[in-house]
Amino acid sequence: MNKIKKLFAGVSLMALGQEAAQADYTLNLMKGVTKVSNDIYDLHMLILWICVFIGIGVFGTMFYSIYHHRKSKGHEAAQFHENTTVEIIWTIIPTLILIGMAIPATKTMLELADVQKSDMTIQITGKQWYWDYKYLDNDIHFESHLDEASEKAHRIKGANLNAVANYLLAVDKPLVIPVKKKIRFVLTSSDVIHSWWVPDLGWKKDANPGFINEAWTSVDKAGVYRGQCTELCGRDHGFMPIVVVALEQPDYDAWVKKTSEQQKQKPDLSDQHHEQLISHGESVYLKNCVGCHQIDGAGVAGLIPAITASPKVTGAIDPLIGFLQAGTSKMPAFSKLKDNELAEVITYIRNDLGNKVGDDIQPNKITPVYEDD
Amino acid sequence: MSAVIAEHDDHHADEHHDHGPAKGLLRWIITTNHKDIGTLYLLFALAMFFVGGSMAMVIRAELFEPGLQFVDPMFFNSMTTMHALVMVFGAVMPAFVGLANWQIPLMIGAKDMALPRMNNMSFWLLVAGVLLLASTLFMETGAPSAGWTFYPPLVLQPITVGTALPFAVFAVHLLGISSIMGAINIIATIFNMRAPSMKMMDMPLFVWTWLITAFLLIAVMPVFAGAVTMLLTDKFFHTSFFNAAGGGDPVLYQHIFWFFGHPEVYIMILPTFGVASTIIPVFARKPLFGYASMVWATGSIAFFSFIVWAHHMFTVGMPMAGELYFMYATMIIAVPTGVKVFNWTATMWKGAMTFETPMLFSIAFVVLFTMGGLTGLMMAIAPVDFQYHDTYFIVAHFHYTLVPASIFILMAAGYFWLPKWTGHMYNEKIGQLHFWLSAISVNILFFPQHFLGLAGMPRRIPDYAVQFADWNMISSIGGFIFGASQLLFLYIVIDTIKGGTGEKVTDEVWEDASKHSLEWTLPSPVPYHTWETPPMLVPTEHVLDSH
Amino acid sequence: MSDEDVSKKNTKLAKKLLLVAVAMFGFGYALVPIYDVLCEWKWIERDRPDDIKKVPEVAYKVDMSREITIEFMTTLNESTPMEFRSEKKQLIVHPGEYHTVNYYAENKTDKVMVARAIASFSPAVISSYFEKIQCFCFDEQTFKPREAKVMPMRFTINPELPEQYKTITLSYTFFDITEKSVKK
Repeated sequence: MNKIKKLFAGVSLMALGQEAAQADYTLNLMKGVTKVSNDIYDLHMLILWICVFIGIGVFGTMFYSIYHHRKSKGHEAAQFHENTTVEIIWTIIPTLILIGMAIPATKTMLELADVQKSDMTIQITGKQWYWDYKYLDNDIHFESHLDEASEKAHRIKGANLNAVANYLLAVDKPLVIPVKKKIRFVLTSSDVIHSWWVPDLGWKKDANPGFINEAWTSVDKAGVYRGQCTELCGRDHGFMPIVVVALEQPDYDAWVKKTSEQQKQKPDLSDQHHEQLISHGESVYLKNCVGCHQIDGAGVAGLIPAITASPKVTGAIDPLIGFLQAGTSKMPAFSKLKDNELAEVITYIRNDLGNKVGDDIQPNKITPVYEDD
Repeated sequence: MSAVIAEHDDHHADEHHDHGPAKGLLRWIITTNHKDIGTLYLLFALAMFFVGGSMAMVIRAELFEPGLQFVDPMFFNSMTTMHALVMVFGAVMPAFVGLANWQIPLMIGAKDMALPRMNNMSFWLLVAGVLLLASTLFMETGAPSAGWTFYPPLVLQPITVGTALPFAVFAVHLLGISSIMGAINIIATIFNMRAPSMKMMDMPLFVWTWLITAFLLIAVMPVFAGAVTMLLTDKFFHTSFFNAAGGGDPVLYQHIFWFFGHPEVYIMILPTFGVASTIIPVFARKPLFGYASMVWATGSIAFFSFIVWAHHMFTVGMPMAGELYFMYATMIIAVPTGVKVFNWTATMWKGAMTFETPMLFSIAFVVLFTMGGLTGLMMAIAPVDFQYHDTYFIVAHFHYTLVPASIFILMAAGYFWLPKWTGHMYNEKIGQLHFWLSAISVNILFFPQHFLGLAGMPRRIPDYAVQFADWNMISSIGGFIFGASQLLFLYIVIDTIKGGTGEKVTDEVWEDASKHSLEWTLPSPVPYHTWETPPMLVPTEHVLDSH
Repeated sequence: MSDEDVSKKNTKLAKKLLLVAVAMFGFGYALVPIYDVLCEWKWIERDRPDDIKKVPEVAYKVDMSREITIEFMTTLNESTPMEFRSEKKQLIVHPGEYHTVNYYAENKTDKVMVARAIASFSPAVISSYFEKIQCFCFDEQTFKPREAKVMPMRFTINPELPEQYKTITLSYTFFDITEKSVKK
């Protein structure tokens, strides 16, 4: 009942033209923050008004006729059945309108495609179910996952979603770009087709495995812009958002410096307490494993094995490490995980999700499967 | 103007035949009678409409509020996939084939379909195909969940498709063979079985639109069958049509699929146009405006449907020339479609209209289909489609062109012809109630989805950000009302078959209907065998301007 | 016309239409080579194995007035347990010059791995001007357990490349095809 009340309150607020509970919600297309997105918005408004105009004309005529030309009002049916002049007019006028539309549309299309003369390039790789960003100019490289709060909330029935900031539209590491620079994106995928869309930038582009697509943007205003994957990519298609943070140039430079330094740091391989291992392990699990093995470790019947009570998980350590690093034809390899992350997640899956082996795996116990350079 | 009623001797039809319908259940299994097969198709389609509809209810229930409430995301994806497949291949297409079976022979003065045994087979293949598809719902790994479009590599992924893929592919093969056989039959019937006095340009528009649709079916169903066969060999026999590692390209699949998929859209809408063009003149008591231009518009829409497919893939990364070409070509389709809408409006203009249920549904079709068409025009603008693509705006668009268009017109056809077929009048009050409930709730259901799409909600997601909550809830409420209202239709169909209002309907049922088309010159209910002797003269009300 | 005549006519027409349907099934398959041809004409942006021609080295006149930034992009499909990177992320070249870029690939598992790299260009039109003298793409590469390889790619850019292209991207994606090549 409460829900319904709230709903009507929301609708009446919107009807009054006031801002509803969520500030950034609109009924219309977003104007966006780039020149192209503004051009697209203008095109959208133009074609929308043309459609409204045509609609009013057609429906107006029809409803006039429905009202006046009724048998119950005693209207006698006329018997005309053709009129060449009228038919020519209503073929030619729409054609002219369409040509009028095609010209600005073509202009915007050409602008969208002009990726040359860019200031920097970012590689976007879609993966099930997160995005991977690589700055080709400065070697910054990171993954961008749905943030932990949303990740937990959407997997637990009855969670209070309003308490989660930007539910399903927040990530752990956003894509950071400078304002007023022409940024070229090169998109690809490492598994199935994804599509990268931030409405404020004005476009979406598919990420196809094996092939690259390009696109560009130049953001006018510093701010945080959110979007989502828009090509069905499997189970967690709805849970791989995109967040772009546009910074003023000095702020951006500072971010680059800080991030590059962080990236060069060796992972901290010192021992951790059990609680630390478990809580860090849960974070690693939520980023990398939960999409398939689920929040309770139960897997999916017939498709994905359970972690709970799996002898592979609760058995000997070394084969488990090797298994995680090498993967199988069904399970991706997790050689990207650092020793500390591996130790954390292994401790977590052995001592949570219904398992209780009762051991702590410390980072230094992880057998060095390969030497990093 | 005066319609010439054909002479017929159908009252004695049974005497010429040594057999009537077979008795009992066997009648329906072995029947080769076009009316029986039409009935089978229509009842099967109605059943599938409710099956596909309940899947839609699952989807709307899950989307009622943000957060995952009832179903697993994978099952949600299976529901969107199966909802589309069941509605397209199980409900809308078979329903129109059912109408074609009943009406085409009656309308052109033929005693049956051209190939009656093949007709029986194509129905039972349809049932087999749908059952095969439905069997995947009961598999441990679930029904296909990669969308009805079956895009690779997703559809080939073991963790996505489980064991369902080969079943879905063979189901598509069966459904394809069934529709192709149905289409061949319809073409042969129209070409060879017409009453000698009926020229092509005398045919009712329903017959014309189905003729063109049948050619579309023959042209594109095999292409779809080929595309899914390639998926199958990619998965099990190491071909690399769509696998980049072997020199293939997943985007190629999308081109092949939409080469089928776009004409498929028109396969579902052209017969809709035909029924609307049949019903509106009867209740406007006027000849159809611009018969010849209607035929030409239908033909050109069908032609254009072959050369615009890639507007479904503007964001896939096509070269500029491709993007621009497909944008221009798509925009052109608005012209013949516009001509149709203007013609319907002109048919109503200065008529003497009455608003029985079939007319109400037809008017709602013209209005709401036009809205779907206008959003379609918006999406044709490629750069703007970069925003609309794969959002709820698209979902709203194609549901407007399918639900209040194809489905409404199928309802209209039911109300229009049921009295003729059964000899009983339906309950007009409940019919009107059904109409108003449907017409209002369908807008509550789909109109807010325009807002959701523009505001940034992608399609095919089981959960969404909280700012989309209000309109999703409204949309779901509309969906539940719409779904429940359709039970009224089920009631009316059963009630009418059983005797309806008890009012004895006249041969022409609707005032002066016999001026428009041949079936109204037959007795009500229509005898089991009709047009043993072809009619000598055909009504000309609907074709005036071609003479 | 007698019933029999009509029935014969119907069967004849049905056979013809069936033939059309069968032909359209074939047409679906014909779209595959048609697509390849369109790709060759650069109507569709992608490369095919035979597109990546390994051409002999010729002496182009180096165009010192133009600078082209080439970006090298590497991707591993399906999180294949490999290390794969190019020695350089970016290179600025003059059209007509010859360069060699080394790619480094390593099998990080204890099993034999067969992999294949697929190339893709952006913008796609570049592929007709990007001439490779030595390359590893589309070749089946067998990696022994833990084997590391350095794979050179030697190339030049044809000076006829249209003026407007200043930044181009060459992408390699490594696909693990061990299972497929074993089953074959």
